[in-house]
Amino acid sequence: MTPLVALRGERLGWGDSAVLADISLEIRPGERIALLGRSGVGKSTLLAALGQRITGARVALVPQDHGLVGALSVFHNCWMGRLDDAGTARNLRILLRPSAAERAEVEAVLERVGLAGLGRRRVAELSGGQRQRVALARALLRGGAVVLGDEPVSALDPAQAAALLAELSGQFETSVLALHDLDLALETATRIIGLRAGGVVLDAPVSECDRARLMELYA
Amino acid sequence: MSAGRRIALGLVAATLLALWLADLSAPRPDPWLTLARIGQGLLSPDLSDPASLAHAAMLTVAFAICGVALGAVAGLLLAPLYHLRAVRLPCIAIRALHELFWALLLMNLTGLSPLTGVLAIGLPYAGIFAKVFSEYLDEADARSAAALPPGTGRVTALIWQRYPQVLGQVASYMLYRLECGLRSSAVLGFIGLPTLGFQLETYFRQAQYDRAVVVLGVFFLLILPIRHWARWRLMPGYLLASLWALARIEVPPMGAGALGRFLGDITPAPIRTGAEWGPWLDKVLVQQGWPGVVDTLVLGQLALVLAGVLAALAFPLIVPRVAGRIGAQLGHALLVLFRSTPEYMLAFLLLQILGPSMLPAVLALALHNGAIIAHLLGRQAETLPLRADAPRGLTLWGWELLPRLQGNFRALCLYRWEIILRESAIMGVLGLGTLGFYVQKNLEELRLDRVAALLVVTVLLTLAVDSLSRALRRALLPQDRVRIEGGRGRA
Repeated sequence: MTPLVALRGERLGWGDSAVLADISLEIRPGERIALLGRSGVGKSTLLAALGQRITGARVALVPQDHGLVGALSVFHNCWMGRLDDAGTARNLRILLRPSAAERAEVEAVLERVGLAGLGRRRVAELSGGQRQRVALARALLRGGAVVLGDEPVSALDPAQAAALLAELSGQFETSVLALHDLDLALETATRIIGLRAGGVVLDAPVSECDRARLMELYA
Repeated sequence: MSAGRRIALGLVAATLLALWLADLSAPRPDPWLTLARIGQGLLSPDLSDPASLAHAAMLTVAFAICGVALGAVAGLLLAPLYHLRAVRLPCIAIRALHELFWALLLMNLTGLSPLTGVLAIGLPYAGIFAKVFSEYLDEADARSAAALPPGTGRVTALIWQRYPQVLGQVASYMLYRLECGLRSSAVLGFIGLPTLGFQLETYFRQAQYDRAVVVLGVFFLLILPIRHWARWRLMPGYLLASLWALARIEVPPMGAGALGRFLGDITPAPIRTGAEWGPWLDKVLVQQGWPGVVDTLVLGQLALVLAGVLAALAFPLIVPRVAGRIGAQLGHALLVLFRSTPEYMLAFLLLQILGPSMLPAVLALALHNGAIIAHLLGRQAETLPLRADAPRGLTLWGWELLPRLQGNFRALCLYRWEIILRESAIMGVLGLGTLGFYVQKNLEELRLDRVAALLVVTVLLTLAVDSLSRALRRALLPQDRVRIEGGRGRA
């Protein structure tokens, strides 16, 4: 099977400073990858690079800072995931007057993330956990083959987190998610990539990983 | 010698030179006589013509609302393109000309029509809005842009992600500008548009002080409680009512081909008629432009220094720790009164009392701008973290507030310099020797080409002062990131 994206000996970073050096990995359709490592190790950098390199498939993003527009409603922030599907005129119309069908479509996704009925609420008025769920709803509404998430469930309690990761799995064939909860990673992923000291130090199917081995990434 | 000391010395030298050049006599034999008669008018105001007062008040608001709306819409459209030189330079040029100059110029194109008033406010405001809104857009959070799907169109990203983030700031800045627009609108009455300024001027010239004070009162009744009546949800109604009110004004016909005639008229005479360039340039630049520029700079310099002195003395008036609780409220009332009165109107009033010299204009500019600087400084003073055992009263002012606010004080003064200069130029329309005097004179002689040339000189002078002020601010306060223009809107 051809990989979705392949990095070969790449040097990744912002500007001149490399965060990750000599990265080689391939991602194939159907894989559920958990990205682990201490904060600042380069998980976000790697996700950003993957987002740029995957060109053959529709990709949905869940950024760490959510990337929401606080002044707009929950509905509008969700619909932002689809702005590339329509022209400027249609987007302008939806901004001003969403149709009942469009609202219903978003409402269905909001129900899946536990925000039913909040479509008209301004995002600036939401709590941190609710905002994260809006970012997840935006990715779910966008849909596609791949989801790239940077700590997508960090602000949610364990039960909600597991449920929402299951939603993502149900929607997207392939996922690459940076996580900090090791149990969640072991439960939901098929493959684990561990980063440490500017490189990939662990890349194995989840069956070969246990908690002790993962803890070494944080030692 | 440090940069600060050199600049201070330069300021003192410029002020002494300006004092030497300025005519500050008050030739009116007895200002108390006029004051007493105005006082009598205050005691027995004449309210016999409420209908025409109400009409003028309505039109004052209508011009302000339509002008600000036009400027804001244009500004919103231009703001995303403001980084382009082809957009930025015209914006800088149109906002360098005072509303009154725009009106004087446009009157030759659109006559004494509502359009003249709306454009006179809307054009310079468009330049201001474009600049301020583009700053808001630059400061907007870029993270949500990264979350947009790749391939999202630029226009879509603009209206979905960038505009919504600045909407709140834009809305409150527009309300602040509406207050400025109301002042501009009233001042446009002094050159003949049917706003409150027109009535004020007429009654004052006829020495009907009992009526004039009523007009002034109505103006304050409009502008002082503006925060209470200028609500966003009422704006659509206001805008429609304003358009309706302006559309009802009867306009004398301008005749066909007004635009062609206007464009021909503003072309310099040597191009139009083949006359010699030498005498024309001599007349416009040497005999009119140069003395006009000198007087404008002299007036601006004196007004700036006096405004600074007044502000430094007056800002503690609104700080309760200095003036006491009741004192601070009285201080607020005093500052609001001077902030709300347009410089031009204030100068006109003082001119009636003190007689024709530079003094009334210096006082008017200094009082208005000093009150604005004092207001902003006072509000900053209230936010300063003070020790629990900090002194009170004037000791606090001298030992803590003034030293700590020094940087802000200088920045505010330098920033107002450009605005004072813009206003100084138009004071000539009242009869002083600044650029406005020569503009007015040429308008009366129907020499529009000279008017246009002098307005270009005015724009260049404003730009020169603006860049000098920027350079001084950079030298004095290298890390200055205070944005004063939008400050009120953001609070």
